[in-house]
Amino acid sequence: MFSKILIANRGEIASRIIRTCKQMGVKTVAVYSEADENALFVREADEAYCIGKPQVNLSYLNADEMIRIAKKSGAEAVHPGYGLLSENASFAQKCLDEGLAFIGPAPAILAAMGSKIEARKTMKQAGVPIIEGINVALQDEEEAKAAAESVGYPLMLKASAGGGGIGMQLVHSEEELVKAFAGNKKRAESFFGNGDMFLEKYIQEPHHVEVQILADSHGHIIPLWERECSIQRRNQKVVEEAVSPFISEETRTKMLDAAVKAAHHIDYTNAGTIEFLVDKEENFYFLEMNTRLQVEHPVTEEITGLDLVEQQLKVAAGEKLQLTREEVKRSGHAIEVRIYAEDPKTFFPSPGQITALELPEGEGIRHECAVESGSAVTPFYDPMIGKLIAWGPTREEACRRMQKALDEYKIEGIKTNLPMLRKVISHQQFLAGITTTDFVNQYYLPELTTTN
Amino acid sequence: MATVQASMAGNVWKVLVAEGEEVKAGQDVVILESMKMEIPIAAEEDGTVQKIHVSEGDFVNEADRLVDVE
Repeated sequence: MFSKILIANRGEIASRIIRTCKQMGVKTVAVYSEADENALFVREADEAYCIGKPQVNLSYLNADEMIRIAKKSGAEAVHPGYGLLSENASFAQKCLDEGLAFIGPAPAILAAMGSKIEARKTMKQAGVPIIEGINVALQDEEEAKAAAESVGYPLMLKASAGGGGIGMQLVHSEEELVKAFAGNKKRAESFFGNGDMFLEKYIQEPHHVEVQILADSHGHIIPLWERECSIQRRNQKVVEEAVSPFISEETRTKMLDAAVKAAHHIDYTNAGTIEFLVDKEENFYFLEMNTRLQVEHPVTEEITGLDLVEQQLKVAAGEKLQLTREEVKRSGHAIEVRIYAEDPKTFFPSPGQITALELPEGEGIRHECAVESGSAVTPFYDPMIGKLIAWGPTREEACRRMQKALDEYKIEGIKTNLPMLRKVISHQQFLAGITTTDFVNQYYLPELTTTN
Repeated sequence: MATVQASMAGNVWKVLVAEGEEVKAGQDVVILESMKMEIPIAAEEDGTVQKIHVSEGDFVNEADRLVDVE
C-alpha cells in the first residue's frame, strides 16, 4: 500500500478521501487555490500546498504543478477525485511518466470513454445496447439536419466531450435543431476544447440508472448494484438512491451483466460507473461511462458496507479484489441529496458567506460536507457544498430519516436548495418511487408557481 | 444613462456588444460565469453602448459596472 498520496481535488471529495486514508494509515497531501486557503480539507490533510490563483485553470487544472508538488512531497500516488482533472488522459499519463500511480483506470481508457461518440462505438462492439443515433461528429447544421432525418424527432443534441449537462439540448423539430446547433457546439468548444456534436433519439420518460463496478488489475470485475439518479435540475443530479425503486430484479441482473461485459471489453481497472437510460418498458441503453469515483458513491457504500475509496487505493496498488459478485452485500436502501449553494426556484448560484451551519444527527444519517460556519462559498467552483445521505432498512424508512434530517438541516447566509430538497423528498411521486428525469419540470416547478 | 451591473460575483465569460452598438431592453450584453453556470446579463433599457468596463476573463463582484448604455 502507498504510504502517501496527493489529492488533486478540493471540497467535500478531498475531505472524503482524506478520511479513508487516515483509517488506512496513508498520509495525505492536499493542494489548494488561494480561494480555498481556509477550507476544511486543507486543515484535514497531513500536508497542504497552495497551487495558484482561484480560477481552476490557474490552480486545480494545472497538471504540471500538481505533479511537481506530488514529487516534492514524496507522494507515491495521485487521487483525482471527480471533475477537474479526474478524466484527463494526459494528466494520468503524466503521472505515470513521473513514476506516480494514478488512482483510476489507464490513460487510454480515460481517452476512449471521454469521447461519447467513441464510447458509443466501443459499447456497440461490446454488445451493450446503445441509444439509436449517430456515431460520427456532425460538422454543421446541414449534416445535423440530414442525420436527424434518419433518427427522427424528438432527439437529444449532444456534445461528444460534454459533461454536467453542458452542450446538450432536447430538440423537437428541425427548426429547433438548427437554432440549437451552433450555440451548443460553441459552448462545448469553450468548456471542453472540443466541439464535436452528435444526435441520439430521445427516450420518453427516461430513468437514469447507473451501475457501479469495481475492477482489479487481475481481470476480476464485480458490480456493486445500481443507483437511480433520475431527479435532476439543469441536467445535473440532485437526488440519488440505491437501489433503483423502478427496475425489476430481472432487469437489474441484465443491467449488472451488461456493465460487467462493458468493463471487460475495455479491460477496465479501478472504480467506474456505466450510466444507462431506462425507458418505461425497462429497456436500457448505454449513456456514458464515468471513469472515476462519482459524487453519489456514498449510497452504494451504505447498502454494500464497502469503502469505495479504500477499494480504489487497493486496486491502484495492485491488490486483488477480496470478494466475488455473489458476496457483495445489499442491505436496506440509501438516498443522497446534494446541497447546492443556489436559489431553490431559479437554480442560479448563490455565492457568499455561510453565517451559521447546523448538521442534523440521527440514525442512518451521514454527512459529506465541505463547509462550516464562517466558510466563504466563492464563485469559482461548482455550487455543491455538501451531501446528506440517509440509510434505512427499507426505502420508506430511508425517506422518513431523510425528511427529518432535511427539516433540521440549517444553513444561513447564502441561498441553498434545501427548500427544494424538502419538497422533492416528501412528494407523493417520489415516495411512490416514480422518478423520471423530468421530475423537476413535471412536479417541482409547476407546484412552486401554484403555491406561491 | 443606465449602467448594467453584475447580478452576482463571477468571471466575464462573453461580452456580446461593442461600444457604439444599439441595444434593446432585455437584450443580453454580457454573459458571466459563476459556479460553472452561465449567467446572462441584459440591458434594462434601449440605447447605445457608451462604454464597456470589462473584458472577457475579468473577475467581477456583485454590483460591479459592466456596460454603460445611453
